[in-house]
Amino acid sequence: MKKYIYFLIIPFLLGSCSSDSEFLDREPSNILTQNQAFGSPDIVLSVLADLYNRYYDFGTVEDWSSLAQFNVAFWSEAGRYGYFQNGGYGYGDWGTWDYGYIREMNLFLERLELSEALDPADKARFAAEGRFLRASYYFTMVKRMGGVPLILESETYDFSGDATYLQHPRETEAALYDFVISEADAILADLPSDVNTKSRASKGAVLAMKARAALYAGSIARYGASTPQVSLPGGEVGIPVSRAEEYYTTALSAAQSIINGEVGNYSLYEKKPNLSENFASIFYDKSNNPEAIFVEDYKLQSGKVHGFTIANQPRFGAEEEEGGRINPALSLVQSFETLDGEYAPLPIEDASGNPIYYDTPEGVFANRDARLMGTVIVPGSSFKGREVDIFAGIQLADGTIISGDSRGQQKEVMGTDMKVVGFDGPIDGLEFTAQTGFYIRKYQDPKAGSGQRGTQSDVWFIRYRYAEVLLNAAEAAFELNQPAVAAGYLNQVRRRAGITTDLAAADITFDRIAHERFVEFAFEGLHFFDLKRWRIAHEVLDGTPMDAATITDNIGDATKRLTQPFGLWPYKYYNPGDANDGTYIYKIVKPNRVTSADRFQFGNYYSEIGAGILNNNPLIVRNPNQ
Amino acid sequence: MKITNYIYLAATALLFASCEIDNYDEPESFFTGNIVYNGEPIEVGAREVRFQLFQPGFGALAPLDMHLDLDGSFSGRFFDGDYKLKFINGQGPFKAYEVNEQQGDTIFISLRGNTEMDIEVLPYYMLSGETFSASSTAVDAAANYDQIITDADARAIEFARLYLNDTEQVSNNGDYHRVWSDMTVGSGNLSGSTALPDGYAKPYIFARIGVKIVGVEDMLFSPVQKLDL
Repeated sequence: MKKYIYFLIIPFLLGSCSSDSEFLDREPSNILTQNQAFGSPDIVLSVLADLYNRYYDFGTVEDWSSLAQFNVAFWSEAGRYGYFQNGGYGYGDWGTWDYGYIREMNLFLERLELSEALDPADKARFAAEGRFLRASYYFTMVKRMGGVPLILESETYDFSGDATYLQHPRETEAALYDFVISEADAILADLPSDVNTKSRASKGAVLAMKARAALYAGSIARYGASTPQVSLPGGEVGIPVSRAEEYYTTALSAAQSIINGEVGNYSLYEKKPNLSENFASIFYDKSNNPEAIFVEDYKLQSGKVHGFTIANQPRFGAEEEEGGRINPALSLVQSFETLDGEYAPLPIEDASGNPIYYDTPEGVFANRDARLMGTVIVPGSSFKGREVDIFAGIQLADGTIISGDSRGQQKEVMGTDMKVVGFDGPIDGLEFTAQTGFYIRKYQDPKAGSGQRGTQSDVWFIRYRYAEVLLNAAEAAFELNQPAVAAGYLNQVRRRAGITTDLAAADITFDRIAHERFVEFAFEGLHFFDLKRWRIAHEVLDGTPMDAATITDNIGDATKRLTQPFGLWPYKYYNPGDANDGTYIYKIVKPNRVTSADRFQFGNYYSEIGAGILNNNPLIVRNPNQ
Repeated sequence: MKITNYIYLAATALLFASCEIDNYDEPESFFTGNIVYNGEPIEVGAREVRFQLFQPGFGALAPLDMHLDLDGSFSGRFFDGDYKLKFINGQGPFKAYEVNEQQGDTIFISLRGNTEMDIEVLPYYMLSGETFSASSTAVDAAANYDQIITDADARAIEFARLYLNDTEQVSNNGDYHRVWSDMTVGSGNLSGSTALPDGYAKPYIFARIGVKIVGVEDMLFSPVQKLDL
């Protein structure tokens, strides 16, 4: 019987479809031709979306560690302690050289130009967005590499065996900044001035980029003079000091266009009465947020989500068995001023060196800049309605400390069974506990499920926000010798943080500007470029270890050493019958996994250009000091 | 089953087989020497100062890094051939001599068998006459310094420090010291004292003086001195 089946198959083999030739001529269903792709605005937008998606961020919520570098935080993850156990940075670190991305943006602009099916207004907007992204990436490159070859059209190899016509030398650093600024001017008219256009380019985004770029260029010109080693004779690195004034003026006027409402009604986010909650909300409240100017947006159940909250949620009561990775360092926490606008160390000891006893664990942080609690989860504060449980141990009257090595451990203390360490630690070397005594709050998503791997978070990442525009304007005004103008902008940001004493024009110094940016933009990926453009990275990260005795000195000094993350651990005081029984005291500690001090060398200011690139193109000069 | 066994056998045999063309000889020539000023080695920090060798003529030109040891010596093993030796601008507490205008400071070297070569450079300062003495609580040290570069490129001393470590690797960076303290910089001499680390139990300690020159990243050092406690 089985054989019959073969007979049945034979006709099928012989038979064939009548339209074989048509079959081979079919239009591919998975590739769009150039005419199709640039024939409808929807598909052009898809092409553009891919380019948006490849935007280079230095710090991003998709990679928590990228936001917490340079010892503003300790990383509470077992595999990452090495970051605090090596002495510095590789010359190639932070490098970027993605001319593939640039080529695709150039191709996009060229093909868009050829398209005839699009409405001219749509076409102009798409072109402006493409140019915005291209300028943004050149800005990214110049920040990290210095001047790079400026390629503004797609190039094709002709297979002649001689590729020298494709080799371009590096432009000067100033030329790259000039390019970013001139592109911003050129595309401004073609973009909408709409506050609610946040994940696509808008007039606000372009001006914010222009202000930032001009400010960076101005400061490299002015402060680069103090480190003549960090420059190249051809100007590929370094900007002549004579151009500082011009760049600062550009930065100030671009920022003021936004501040004066010329491109939409941007303002500081001031919706919530609790100022700390208000500050934290900037980063997760996505409805009618007037502060965010340009963002990387996410959406639940769309595939574009991120795990920042999973990685950093307080470990106690976390929605997964992880969290707590970013532990802000004491150097950052103590930098937040008091509400009177004074720099002050956290009051943990009285004048004669005795500990100060606090009834609640958050007592020591009272009367501080509201941004502290908006940026950092301190002992005693809550996240998602649950109070964090951070205390390092029990201290007895004679100074003995009893602690544990597992979260929430119980031990017998003077005959009583009690918990001797919090469920959130801190426990040295135990990952996911608050090893500095702090967790991060910025970007943490308060929605239920944000800490679950199956749901994740859709909190956006803000690339440009109104407060930065204000502080950029303030810095530019200060550098242009207009301290009263600078004070006005600084005070807007400081009042929002609850600081009651305004700064006068005479109070504005370089350290003030640097300090305000340090606390306002902590964990936003801007600190690193501030250190670089002011040429103070080699002083802040000088490779010298820090110690608990001097860490509280010189708060607010821009060049204050920050080579190691320190912590502040609360202890419960146990002395039944004493008035202070059950209160909290604090100690400055260095997490014991921190064993070396970071050192930023002159060769780190501009990332190394790879040997492969130098070999392929002999016109490229190397960066200095490498 | 038997076929499987043969496959295993063949696979095992393949592990031992190799292709003749893959087998290069290893580099056989040592290139050693010191970075010196008037024949005297220039002492530097640990893993800090390097220079580069380039070997043109083989397509992709990648630098071969040569790191200086603490005592200013270097050692590497290379293939025989002609190399260009280049100091990196801004590396080291010294400046390279310019050979001639066209060649800059690049030095052409030819390696044929083991080669020993001292390279003369021009340091900003030289230390001499170091004295160290240890008590049960501290190490005292003093030294003289001479400014070598006195023309328009002259640079001042930013600070001098006395570093102590429990191994003979003593340097300013990384884990290469236990304690340090600033020294007094006089005219032509340095002096200072560093307390021993808390609870130091070993019967010996190593001390070294480091001098930081304004605007130069890599420090100049004295030879390491072992002291019995």
